[in-house]
Amino acid sequence: MSDVASTPSEPDGDRSNEILRIEHIRKSFGAVVALRDINLHLNRGEVLGLVGDNGTGKSTLVKVLSGFHRPDAGRILIEGTEVTLHSVRDARRQGIETVYQDLALIPQMSIYHNLFLNREMTFGGPVRMLSNRKMRRLAAEYLADIRVSIPDIDATVEQLSGGQRQAIAVARATRSEVKILLLDEPLAAMGAKESSLIIDLIRDLSARGVSLVIIDHNYTHLFELCDRLNVIEQGQITLDTAVRDTSLEELTAYMVTEYRKQIMAGRPDASS
Amino acid sequence: MARRAGLVASPAPVSTEPPSPEVAGGAGSGGGLRLLVERREAAIFVVAVALFLYFTFATSAFISYANFVTLTQFLAPIAVIGAGEALLLTAAEVDLSAGTSFIFFPFVAYFLWANAGLPIGLAIVISLIAAACFGAINGLLTVMLDLPSFVTTLGTLFALDGIMLLTSNGVQDTFSLSGTGGSILGNYSWSEVLWALFLVAGMFVLFHRTRFGLHIVATGGNQLGAAEAGVAVRRVKVWTFVLCSVVSAFAGIIDAVRITTLDPGNDGTLEMFYAVAAAVIGGTALTGGRGTVIGAGIGAIVLGVLYDGLNIQGVSAFYFELVLGVAILLAMAANVQLRRVAMRRWRVVR
Repeated sequence: MSDVASTPSEPDGDRSNEILRIEHIRKSFGAVVALRDINLHLNRGEVLGLVGDNGTGKSTLVKVLSGFHRPDAGRILIEGTEVTLHSVRDARRQGIETVYQDLALIPQMSIYHNLFLNREMTFGGPVRMLSNRKMRRLAAEYLADIRVSIPDIDATVEQLSGGQRQAIAVARATRSEVKILLLDEPLAAMGAKESSLIIDLIRDLSARGVSLVIIDHNYTHLFELCDRLNVIEQGQITLDTAVRDTSLEELTAYMVTEYRKQIMAGRPDASS
Repeated sequence: MARRAGLVASPAPVSTEPPSPEVAGGAGSGGGLRLLVERREAAIFVVAVALFLYFTFATSAFISYANFVTLTQFLAPIAVIGAGEALLLTAAEVDLSAGTSFIFFPFVAYFLWANAGLPIGLAIVISLIAAACFGAINGLLTVMLDLPSFVTTLGTLFALDGIMLLTSNGVQDTFSLSGTGGSILGNYSWSEVLWALFLVAGMFVLFHRTRFGLHIVATGGNQLGAAEAGVAVRRVKVWTFVLCSVVSAFAGIIDAVRITTLDPGNDGTLEMFYAVAAAVIGGTALTGGRGTVIGAGIGAIVLGVLYDGLNIQGVSAFYFELVLGVAILLAMAANVQLRRVAMRRWRVVR
């Protein structure tokens, strides 16, 4: 385990296996600097865990990669080619899909309309009509495919349990061709059984060759799921380590030490 | 939206959470109640039929050609503006200036036709484009300034009213068309209600069968979530404002041709409030994400039948306002309560 604050990612070596690389990403909201200088990379088929306290910029980073926020500076490279992600559509075109912390589902809408939200199937013209029947059938088939069972495809999302909603959000992100899946706290506020369903889903995706970035506060989950971990502090990646090179105890100790350092330094955001 | 008969009756597959989720409430329990919740316009439909039957038997004059003409002419603009408001309410917005558009844009059409000498068709098209621009201003002010549309459209309501009074000097005009064009545009007794049917049907298709309609629901149901999924929530809102203004303006033009009078002193806000009332008692929620265009149409029928029926009975028009007020309160309470009951009954047991 090595501290990498000065050299955020591995020195120039073989990058052919990289699916995603981000360099010097910066994002501020008014006077608040959310991302100071983010450098990280993700290898093909890899599961990367992002660790950090609340307010360190994890969710902002996810939203930059999903095309929701535009970064103020920096570069994003996908498979070695620089890309601009100015919208969610741009990101999706690059094969980046996101499961947001708030799931981004519409409670009043049916499961299948949620699954196809903003990628609705239509037919005819000049006014294109929704192919509701087709979407409904494909949604049911896909959910059965990934072994997510819901009581009724016509049910609205508000009628589902937390785990079922999470499964729908994951299903929406993975239904189309996905290369990179971003998961922002996919296991938050979930019981053990529901967590195990999501963990199985994540493992299936990884086995399918999808590269994943996972944010989670539960280190046990991250050690279970991830190949590599990055620690993010005050908008910067301060630690990059393979899971096999560290341990739960070591990581916890590192985080506690860092936290103490921040308190000693009197950083205002240390307590948040 | 094609819904299956019910969650209750559908085969329950294995759930994400073994053992399989039970759906509380046995098969067949509360089917009627479920219908009331899922088909939000069902309740108001029952009320409409009941009122219709009541006035049919309580008065002799209710069922007559002449009365039906009067009745439909009263409810047609309410149905059109109400359907527009139903879409906006579903997007979690409201247009308080719709009634003022209803009064103002006929003046624009009249001016272009009578004073500028344009053909009536062109005059109407240009006035509708002006209405679209006005709707866009409503929408852009709301999304750019991030203000509640209650405030922005309250502002534009008075501004537009002011412009109308200044340009017309508060003087009435006679908007009288003749020939086939005049018949189509309102002189024929049934033209107003036929236009209303056409426009409400169009908005129904737009709302329930197109991406735009689905995005209205998504925007009003969870604005941040919809945006995160890539829905252009601001654009959806602006276009919904445009739509509401245009249909209100068009309803106003037809109404003005029918009564042949343009009166800047007319109270557009009352028409707007009738329209919002029609949408709300029809089952559209004020909180966004839930709406029904058909419900607004049926809501307008209920208002029309009540107004007309009480008139025929010789009951003071004052009662109409009282009954309307109580109806709105009951509809809102029923909307919230039915949903609460339904959520308890049909929520998948966690």
